[in-house]
Amino acid sequence: MNVLVCVKRVPLTGGKIVLTEDERAISTRHLGFTISPHEECGAEEAIRLVEAHGGTSTVLTLGPVEAEEQLRDMMAIGIDRAVHLLSDGGEWDPQATAAAIVTAIRAEDEAPDLILFGNESADAGNYQVAIRVAHALGLPCVTGVKGMSVEGASVRCEQEVPDGRDVYVVPMPAVLTVKEGLNLPRYPSVPGRLRAKRKPVAASRPTRPDARLEMVRLVLPPGLGKHAEVLGRGPEAAPAVIGVLQELGLV
Amino acid sequence: MTVLVFVESPDDELSQQALTFARGLGDEVHAALMGEHAGPDGLAAYDVSVAHVARGLDVYAPAAWAQAIVELVERTAPAAVVGPGSDRGNEVLAHVAAKLDQPLAANCTSATPGDPPTLTRVRWGGSLLEEARLHGAPMLVTAAPHAVTAETVANAPVTVSATDFTPAVSEADLVARVSERAGAVAAGVSLTDADVVVSGGRGVGSAAGFSVLEELAELLGGAVGCSRAVTSAGWRPHTDQVGQTGTKIAPEIYIACGISGATQHMAGCKGAKKLLAINPDGDASIFASADYAVIGDLHEIVPAISAEIRKARSG
Ligand SMILES: Cc1cc2nc3c(=O)[nH]c(=O)nc-3n(C[C@H](O)[C@H](O)[C@H](O)COP(=O)(O)OP(=O)(O)OC[C@H]3O[C@@H](n4cnc5c(N)ncnc54)[C@H](O)[C@@H]3O)c2cc1C
Ligand SMILES: Nc1ncnc2c1ncn2[C@@H]1O[C@H](COP(=O)(O)O)[C@@H](O)[C@H]1O
Repeated sequence: MNVLVCVKRVPLTGGKIVLTEDERAISTRHLGFTISPHEECGAEEAIRLVEAHGGTSTVLTLGPVEAEEQLRDMMAIGIDRAVHLLSDGGEWDPQATAAAIVTAIRAEDEAPDLILFGNESADAGNYQVAIRVAHALGLPCVTGVKGMSVEGASVRCEQEVPDGRDVYVVPMPAVLTVKEGLNLPRYPSVPGRLRAKRKPVAASRPTRPDARLEMVRLVLPPGLGKHAEVLGRGPEAAPAVIGVLQELGLV
Repeated sequence: MTVLVFVESPDDELSQQALTFARGLGDEVHAALMGEHAGPDGLAAYDVSVAHVARGLDVYAPAAWAQAIVELVERTAPAAVVGPGSDRGNEVLAHVAAKLDQPLAANCTSATPGDPPTLTRVRWGGSLLEEARLHGAPMLVTAAPHAVTAETVANAPVTVSATDFTPAVSEADLVARVSERAGAVAAGVSLTDADVVVSGGRGVGSAAGFSVLEELAELLGGAVGCSRAVTSAGWRPHTDQVGQTGTKIAPEIYIACGISGATQHMAGCKGAKKLLAINPDGDASIFASADYAVIGDLHEIVPAISAEIRKARSG
């Protein structure tokens, strides 16, 4: 079976987010890049499915030239090939993103049986690209998948809800969005990294339509930068901690 | 112009927040409810004048529920459609947006009608906000959880006029539907309900190192949480992870041990009323979000706190 997973390159912010001067992006001068943990689990699942059932696993991204790093990372843990939709680096809104992904999927030689997404992108969190892709391709879509198994021509999906797990059984081809916790992704090995360098990346450059969800500027939420009261250093601070817990009525 | 709100149920808090959020976006609030047992009781207090109840949709099927809302949009031409910022709220509104081929802004903290409408929405799980314009009609948005407090209105209408309808749902819209509800696998105090969460990060050092945190959590009747560094290392299950891609919690106190304070971690615990951080690195960014700090090694400090609690209780 063929499994395609969509990932998005995002900055790995540390303890504090710093914006660029024009307030339209995160300043990435001192930052590395990554993808959402949800998407990492999607890639891991794609690898496991192909290991179990045969076929090809593909990773797809819409992102700048530098996003090849994230494609190679996923090929280093076992994804077979990559599709790189080159962007100008600017913000693509969810409709434009979905449209570019749909065009790329339609252009594939072999249609994927499963198309995996993160439940939401790490940065924008639009909660919709996968659903738009499914709608355009006329495929069923299950979101927030935390457990899945292929049963013949169908896939059984489990989704966490407040009082248990909801089960969906959908025929393939299907679109699924997955959440971290679905599996524990493997780490790349040195031979894996070397192999990844030789795996194929099919690149193309779609054109960006005008944004219909148009980002104007980013704003840091208020209320950051508290001044913590230092209760002490080392175990000698324990009585002061008890004082705090007593104030809260916990001791 | 009306504003149409997707209501999961009248007593659902996030739906009540969505109803409150919607008030400024039109001069009449309509509600869309799904299922045989759905009814408008309690919606009058949220200034709802009309409740549209879609029959024949008892089982959750996101595309079918969206189809019901699309029919209402075609029939009542609302200025805006608002959903709760819940899993289902975001999912159903995304299907509505796909079917109408209109833009959707998920998890908004505010929205202002206009040409085009402007809004503020949540990014990075709440660590960052975005101001945006929405070029489409109707305005499709979901209300970020807890961005507004659910508020009833003083001079509420006495009754809500309820109208039933049976949407024309296609076979394709019903392919993805809930076929079964499996039970929860929870045991002990759950992370989301706990008043006290004692959480460990990479600084705990190993799976076994968590025993001191478990002891303290038990003494305080709380739950144990952790950072992603811990789940990635396989020391704890992902169900314990607090953060943007883990669980979001709001305990009375969050005790963070050996956690540096990455924004993605803080996205999960900023609802905590108090935060106590234990870390030897005085410059760790977690201290910028903490109410109380203890500087030092958690393996010395946490057992000392547990011993002190026992002493206080026996004395
Ligand atoms: C899209 C995205 C989503 C993410 N989602 C999450 C999420 O849901 N939850 C999450 O936690 N992370 C998440 N992360 C990861 C996050 O960015 C950090 O990598 C992670 O939170 C770091 O965990 P940590 O603080 O335990 O480890 P570190 O950053 O390595 O910090 C360890 C800390 O332990 C301290 N320490 C060391 N020894 C001791 C000792 N003896 N006693 C006390 N302290 C000690 C150190 O001083 C240091 O501050 C996400 C990342 C991305 C990109
Ligand atoms: N630029 C992109 N390239 C590839 N996949 C993407 C991109 N943006 C979003 N996605 C996919 O769509 C999912 C949901 O994104 P969103 O709708 O923004 O929350 C992500 O987790 C990715 O799997």
